[in-house]
Amino acid sequence: AAQEQWNKDAFAGHSVDDVVKALKGSAAADNADVTLVAPDIAENGAVVPVGVVSKLPNTTQIAILVPKNPNALSALFDIPEGSLPDIATRIKMGKTSDIYALVKADGKYYTAHKNVKVTLGGCGG
Amino acid sequence: MGLSNSARAAEQAAAKFYDLPRFGNVHLLHFTDCHAQLLPIYFREPSVNLGVAGARNQPPHLVGDYFLKHYGFAPGSAQAYAYTCLDFEQAARQYGKVGGFAHLATLVRRLKAGRPGALLLDGGDTWQGSATALWTKAQDMIDASLQLGVDIMTAHWEFTLGTERVQEVVDGAFKGKIDFIAQNIKTADFGDPVFPAYTMREMNGVKLAVIGQAFPYTPIANPRYMVSEWTFGIQEANLQKTIDEARGKGAQAVVLLSHNGMDVDLKLATRVRGLDAILGGHTHDGVPEPVVVANAGGKTLVTNAGSNGKFLAVLDFDVKNGKVSDFRYKLMPVFANYLEADPAMAALIDKVRAPYAAKLAEPLAVTDDTLYRRGNFNGTFDQLILDALMAEKGAEIGFSPGFRWGTSLLPGATITMEHLMDQTAITYPYTTVTEMPGSQIKTVLEDVADNLFNPDPYYQQGGDMVRVGGLRYSIEPGKPAGSRIGDMSLNGKPIEADKKYKVAGWAPVAEGAKGEPVWDVVARHLRAHKTIGKLALNEPVVKGMQGNEGSI
Amino acid sequence: MASRPMRIRAVEKGGVVEVKVLMSHIMETGQRKDSSGKIVPAHFIDLVEAKCNDKTVLSAQWGPSVSRDPFLSFKFKGGKKGDKLTIAWKDNEGESRTDTTEIR
Ligand SMILES: [Mn+2]
Ligand SMILES: [Mn+2]
Repeated sequence: AAQEQWNKDAFAGHSVDDVVKALKGSAAADNADVTLVAPDIAENGAVVPVGVVSKLPNTTQIAILVPKNPNALSALFDIPEGSLPDIATRIKMGKTSDIYALVKADGKYYTAHKNVKVTLGGCGG
Repeated sequence: MGLSNSARAAEQAAAKFYDLPRFGNVHLLHFTDCHAQLLPIYFREPSVNLGVAGARNQPPHLVGDYFLKHYGFAPGSAQAYAYTCLDFEQAARQYGKVGGFAHLATLVRRLKAGRPGALLLDGGDTWQGSATALWTKAQDMIDASLQLGVDIMTAHWEFTLGTERVQEVVDGAFKGKIDFIAQNIKTADFGDPVFPAYTMREMNGVKLAVIGQAFPYTPIANPRYMVSEWTFGIQEANLQKTIDEARGKGAQAVVLLSHNGMDVDLKLATRVRGLDAILGGHTHDGVPEPVVVANAGGKTLVTNAGSNGKFLAVLDFDVKNGKVSDFRYKLMPVFANYLEADPAMAALIDKVRAPYAAKLAEPLAVTDDTLYRRGNFNGTFDQLILDALMAEKGAEIGFSPGFRWGTSLLPGATITMEHLMDQTAITYPYTTVTEMPGSQIKTVLEDVADNLFNPDPYYQQGGDMVRVGGLRYSIEPGKPAGSRIGDMSLNGKPIEADKKYKVAGWAPVAEGAKGEPVWDVVARHLRAHKTIGKLALNEPVVKGMQGNEGSI
Repeated sequence: MASRPMRIRAVEKGGVVEVKVLMSHIMETGQRKDSSGKIVPAHFIDLVEAKCNDKTVLSAQWGPSVSRDPFLSFKFKGGKKGDKLTIAWKDNEGESRTDTTEIR
């Protein structure tokens, strides 16, 4: 079974900065080598598909964050040697928000972000 | 009054549309969003179709005189009638009804005769929009599509018949005849493709790929539970992969048969490489000329072919040395008076309608006003639905969805059950009555407004604003999400955030919603009134749109 | 409460194994109130680990905002057709589950 400890501090954070700090990193900025794939409009706020790919060498960690959720951090992945920095999962979003991909490479943190709209639906052409 | 003269001139002008010499070696005929209109109809184009941000005063956001001026059409011409709402009543009487599958079939046959190998593409929204399509689970449209000789299709409203019905047709009646394609539909579990992404054809020695793009926001604009096993979205990356694969397999011309809506297609064309054209639909824009969009791979033509069977597009490519070297495009209005009905199609239509003839023909009321739906904020037919909903359900506020389908009626016309169904025939027709706090009413209006006026087309869904009865409000389309709606009032009193209001609506997307079908409610109202006088159109006060050529 | 088995698909192509997993779990957020107005306590998978034979190929920490019946997809090098791929999860209430498949 899984061995690691669940990082309580990181999951208590409300912002990207909070989470980076809890992960013992310093400020993270957007980087074009981090790709975040998420829909423009969520089909279902309870099931939003999110994929992250990093082209940064020595990527060891990938996290998915939604700052407008009650707690920002959704998921944190450790990428061991031999695994590709290419993961996907599905998350919940309470309302329209930016989603952040947070990537640790060579010990430093980088991000990519995208606005995902959560709408009431209806109507159509 | 010289009518015979002008009628003859009209006939000559109209007939000219159909003389179209062959060009090049790849020929595509395209229609979209016919919304199950098998017979000729009237369809009034919008007087309000605002473009915001980058879309301001750009096609397709031009209406009326602005449209004529942009494309060089003469006022009073056949084109003016086909493409704009100008002098609608008079032009309708002069040029007559548009569309109809029997007339469309004649035009298709005529164009195909001069274009060996030509393919007929259907952009979707074919199986929904009429009583007979609803009552036969679209069997009438499936038979008519096969009879018309559709080769390839993609879809949107088709999915509101449920995934099972769609797959039954795709694997049954359509098998080996009509390719149903969609690169952007995947299973909700492991993300496997549901339909082929594209189809490869060879025409006059040229390899051609047609890629399908179903409506990306089907589970949002329509009930999600109807397509719960599938997921949609624009899927740009998968589209690029599909284009590259088709090119890799030798396709010399690649087109996207799209139901994205024109604004989404215009953005998509800047972002993917290798598409020669996007043949688009969903937003129901009749656009006479392609918009040529530059991107990293070269140039992509973006078109939109109107709705309700009113238009047939012809795209001719000249493919030389392995690539498209030139093109001709023409969007042809289908004037029923100037194209004889194809006998086989006419017979098929008679046959599918026969069992329902009496029900369809039931007269409900006579209208003094022109009845139409299309437009950003409201239409007279929607006003009639709102008036009926509020009166019959004892509600102070009415909501009616901003659908873009629904035909038009001229003053003096008898509204039949068929006409009413043209506005309401959906598989979730339930009427609802809700006690809604003022704050929630604001949330709903803001949400729909952002789906229409978000400056980024990828965040738009392609419908019009929810139609509102009773409630007055103002809208400032250029403002950010959440701050466009203001001045909400009811009977002269401001709407209070915490006060509850009785709101009647229809077409709920939530699972489990129930209620009397909207056509029963409106039919009751019409039978009781017998005559519908001039309708008081409840439209919001629109702010900050001075000089916008999407409004007259 | 016994959980349902995971659905796991592990396919090797060109030296890269792509793994897709669907787990069965309520993933209760801890934000929702029941009909009596009481907060329903959070109940969610918090730790996940994937192994190819005995080597860890992914480990993850999740919060309650991962969707109900979670989906996970990842890729790694070095796995061969026929190798054993094992996914294990543990939740915040101490429940756990392990399922294994063969790489195809
Ligand atoms: Mn349509
Ligand atoms: Mn549509």
